[in-house]
Amino acid sequence: MGTTRQLATFHLDGFFFGIEVEKVQEVIRYQPMTRVPIASPVVQGLINLRGQIVTAIDLRRRLELRPRPEGELPMNVVVRGDDGAVSLLVDEIGDVLEFDDETFEQPPETVRGTTRELVRGVYQLRDKLLLMLDTERTLQIDGAGPEREA
Amino acid sequence: MAAVDELDEVVREFLVESHEGLDQLDRDLVALEKDPASKDRLASIFRTIHTIKGTCGFLSFGRLESVAHVGENLLSRLRDGRLTLNAEITSTLLAMVDAVRRMLADIESTGSDGDNDYAELVARLNRLQEALTPTDDDSPAGDRPSLAQEATKLTATAALEVPESTPAVEIAHDALPEQVAVERSRGEQPEAVASAVADTTIRVDVHLLDKLMNLVGELVLARNQILQFTSTQQDSSFVATSQRLNLITTELQEGVMKTRMQPIGNIWSKFPRVVRDVALACGKQVRVEMEARDTELDKTIIEAIKDPLTHVVRNAVDHGIESPEKRIAAGKPAEGRLLMRAFHEGGQVNIEISDDGGGIDPEKLKQKALQRGLVQPDQIARMGERELLGLIFLPGFSTAEKVTNVSGRGVGMDVVKTNIEKIGGTVDIHSKVGHGTTLKVKIPLTLAIIPALVVTSRGERYAIPQVSLLELVRLEADQVRRAIESIHGAPVYRLRGTLLPLVHLADELGHQAPESTEDGAVNIVVLQADGRQFGLVVEGISDTEEIVVKPLGKQLKGISTFAGATIMGDGKVALILDVLGLAQHARVVSEVHEGAMAEEHASDAAEAEAGRLRTLLLLGVGDSGRLAVPLDLVDRLEEFPGDAVELSADQEVVQYRGQILPLVRLADVLGSARADEPERPLHVVVATEQGRTVGIVVDRILDIVEDRLDIRRGVQRHGLLGSAVIQQKVTDLLDVRGLVRSVACDAAMNDTDLASAEAA
Repeated sequence: MGTTRQLATFHLDGFFFGIEVEKVQEVIRYQPMTRVPIASPVVQGLINLRGQIVTAIDLRRRLELRPRPEGELPMNVVVRGDDGAVSLLVDEIGDVLEFDDETFEQPPETVRGTTRELVRGVYQLRDKLLLMLDTERTLQIDGAGPEREA
Repeated sequence: MAAVDELDEVVREFLVESHEGLDQLDRDLVALEKDPASKDRLASIFRTIHTIKGTCGFLSFGRLESVAHVGENLLSRLRDGRLTLNAEITSTLLAMVDAVRRMLADIESTGSDGDNDYAELVARLNRLQEALTPTDDDSPAGDRPSLAQEATKLTATAALEVPESTPAVEIAHDALPEQVAVERSRGEQPEAVASAVADTTIRVDVHLLDKLMNLVGELVLARNQILQFTSTQQDSSFVATSQRLNLITTELQEGVMKTRMQPIGNIWSKFPRVVRDVALACGKQVRVEMEARDTELDKTIIEAIKDPLTHVVRNAVDHGIESPEKRIAAGKPAEGRLLMRAFHEGGQVNIEISDDGGGIDPEKLKQKALQRGLVQPDQIARMGERELLGLIFLPGFSTAEKVTNVSGRGVGMDVVKTNIEKIGGTVDIHSKVGHGTTLKVKIPLTLAIIPALVVTSRGERYAIPQVSLLELVRLEADQVRRAIESIHGAPVYRLRGTLLPLVHLADELGHQAPESTEDGAVNIVVLQADGRQFGLVVEGISDTEEIVVKPLGKQLKGISTFAGATIMGDGKVALILDVLGLAQHARVVSEVHEGAMAEEHASDAAEAEAGRLRTLLLLGVGDSGRLAVPLDLVDRLEEFPGDAVELSADQEVVQYRGQILPLVRLADVLGSARADEPERPLHVVVATEQGRTVGIVVDRILDIVEDRLDIRRGVQRHGLLGSAVIQQKVTDLLDVRGLVRSVACDAAMNDTDLASAEAA
């Protein structure tokens, strides 16, 4: 096909992820957060982004990866959701890379669980794989935490 | 398409302008029908259609132009006095306005004026116009005769043309009163009023205003930070500059807030048309009156109340106002009156919509509610007038005897209530059979900035909207143990004798240990939700502040405990507590909250509420008797010294708050042995039912627990409703309402005995 796609890339627990660059509003360094009690643990807190209140989602928890080590400060990848901006917390931000659609593949059947649900596909790079996230699905979180129903 | 793209800006301008013009047209046409002689209105209508026609011709929207053209022709006949306006013409003109509106919508979405065929409408317009033989060609606007002459001509023509038997004239003939009106108002035609407003206003995109509002919010935060910084500085010119910055920021904030204010007339203006259409459809005559239509409200609120108010207005015309025959039979003028008024009061906007119709018949409400199975028969029997009227707000309620296409559309008053409450407002209904109904809506001035109390829990700050706040109570460490009766995790505080259920904010927020301050004192924020009071125990109380309410993202929408978030002076985010949500989550108020329904009979509630937790007061009678009363039926718990009991007509009473409180000894009612120790203090549960207050004397007050109320009927004894298993023990459920009623009844009978004795 020859069409290419630009992805903003970032690292998360040793994995390499990407999301469509046009979904990304901005990338900012760590911001102090206000915790939201009784919310889903995936919601790390609220940040003040120039007067706008933005929900910060811990992407490690969202993807059911290992928790971020103590003392390591995440970066905010602020994406445009359908009702305002949402921040995805990542370990480290990478470059914006261009990918050829020909190298795009469905995630292998062996990938299961949340990752399978949220990863739209895989791009093969020379030395590693890039997992492309489905932004909309990633932002779909049930508001109340599980303990609330107890 | 390409042409449209190039003209994009022009087309958009045209659309905005035309929409405004059409709104004006709706108003003018309806007003004109009432006062057909108003030359100004006719001229204004003519101008609007003429402008639309002209512009769309230029933009080559042929279909739109053709409809507007025939409309214009008809209007020009009216303007020139060759035709008299009547109901049919008005309806057709309104239909034309609708058609134009549809085409404008098509243009907006597709870029062309659609492919709907309006031939029928055009034919109708033409027929009406040609109903009178066109004598001469359209007189150009330039050589219009003077107003007085025109008016004379209008009457003259109308009178002359009556004999001709064309359909339009028949109607004109029927509309004799209108002709009288024409003659009467002939002399008092005001000079055309030029619109001066247009020159001093500009149109601004709402998004731009929202953005400005956000920026001002940011500026306020930056200002606050600078002011904090200033307090550590010595430089006097710097201090003076930041003071100036402070003042300017405040003024700017106020100014930007004002730009979002809109007169309520903006939404009211479409109601005359709504009323006209509905009234015509139901064969009724209704006059709309509006008072204080310039009362201002925040734009977001205006948007939010538009639909609920429209519904209320339709309802008032459809169900409220009676048919002309019925009205005349009832000695009322044939024309019904719908009054809408708005005014500011105590930081809130009040909107009242009243009609002089038949009012709401409580009997019909009762029947309907029973028929629909919304309430139980004995519940209804206990309801006061206000509670009965409140039934109308229950979901699934509709009093219309026949479902009409006007208001019987499945959307009930419950939706109106929910929508108004969603923006922090309240709805109240008053009605008098035969005299009409008034619906009162109270809404906050603005949603954007509200006063709030800032409290802390676990080092995080939370804002509580001031509307729900009643008072603050601080208990010092040495008072805490005595004042808070906390047993089985359901703490209660006696606030001036009223039982105030306590809720720990930390518990509600899912923290482990309850709040505690360093000195062991307890801070209670007394709140009100859905008519119930409860105390929220918080770690610290900071201050009251004006906060800017911001919505939460959809990831947090499901949490009813939070109403939104705000940005504090230091730039950090704080969550805003939703007091009703908090109360529901803490089960202080039941989740199916309906003011009238909340005080349900325990037994009726059993089926509906099986499995739901309720707070119960456990009482002891005799040696081992164990009784439970739903706490929400209890007013107060009191203790009286044994010698305070006096006798009044064989009835034990005590003096209580300047009243005489009849007492009923539970031991007597249940026939168990009475612990007769005169000097012992009496434990009294005070309960009120239908305005009668009675004290129920119990032997012991055991506990307050939260448990499921799963009533097993069967033990039907006087004073008892049945029994349930509460805290693993069989517990009888006391029929508080029944007890109060029986005692109150006895007392009343004693009164009549006395009266008859005196008479004899």
